[in-house]
Amino acid sequence: MNQNSYLILSAAMFSIGAIGVLVRRNPLVMFMCVELMLNAVNLSFVSFSRSLGNVDGQVIVVFVMVVAAAEVVVGLAIVLSIMRRRPGANADDLTMLRG
Amino acid sequence: MLAATVNSETIVWIIASTICLLGSVGVVGSRNPVHSALSLVATLFGVAVLFVAQQAYFLAVVQVIVYAGAIVILFLFVIMLLGVDSQEDVWFVERRIWRRPLAVVAGAGLAVGILVTILVVTSQVTGTPSADPPSSDFDVANLGSVLFTKYVYAFEITSVLLTIAVVGAVVLTRKAKGAIDLDEFPPDPEADPADEADPADEADPETAAATVDEVAR
Repeated sequence: MNQNSYLILSAAMFSIGAIGVLVRRNPLVMFMCVELMLNAVNLSFVSFSRSLGNVDGQVIVVFVMVVAAAEVVVGLAIVLSIMRRRPGANADDLTMLRG
Repeated sequence: MLAATVNSETIVWIIASTICLLGSVGVVGSRNPVHSALSLVATLFGVAVLFVAQQAYFLAVVQVIVYAGAIVILFLFVIMLLGVDSQEDVWFVERRIWRRPLAVVAGAGLAVGILVTILVVTSQVTGTPSADPPSSDFDVANLGSVLFTKYVYAFEITSVLLTIAVVGAVVLTRKAKGAIDLDEFPPDPEADPADEADPADEADPETAAATVDEVAR
């Protein structure tokens, strides 16, 4: 099994996640699609780490996971506080910052 | 010819990548956010299997524990807090009709660009990277030693990042003392806001407790 198959799978997952972020309007589902994109990148990091015989790629994946966890915590807190104020809002309704 | 090239890793790759792709499509296409979250779990497990297939055992374990065990549960907590029945009509007609086709075209263009880059770059690389490097280089001890020597500063900074995230989540979700909910109490010029605030509404203990619990993970 060569490296290309993993990279192609990673590219497909990343693109599906990107389409999801662009198409969906529910902020929670958009966050899930971002997680999908991060996982695709993790997969390609591990694939490169293996094919280069270097463990640094796996270390970067650990950091990506930590940052993803922090991002999800803060993002969901923002979603929660917005939804508490205006229930049923989708991403198109959130124009409070528009000048 | 096919039987000669098919080995166990190919079979694992086919199964796991099918699970990953179906799960990804499920995340994007499900009407119910809970179904999206469950599809996300399937995708994360598929990625964990692919990590195992590439000798990244520690990362596979962390993937299952952190992603499937903590992050998806956090998503489910928030979905439940906001109401499960909030289904979204995924394929409704947008106000701007060009927007959805444009999104799909952009995603497809992204995919084609990445694929072309992969094929071009990997066909130019000469030299054969070791297909299966000695597994002693990839065990958990080696990963830990690199993490705590070469990347020790980045590792310490991530602890600061996590602390900031915890504090930020608590600050964002708690209600300020004496704050009134404008939706429940329309502004009344004659009333004193401090007296109007309902003490039971201030803390919102369930929400705050759940959030803090999840953050603690």
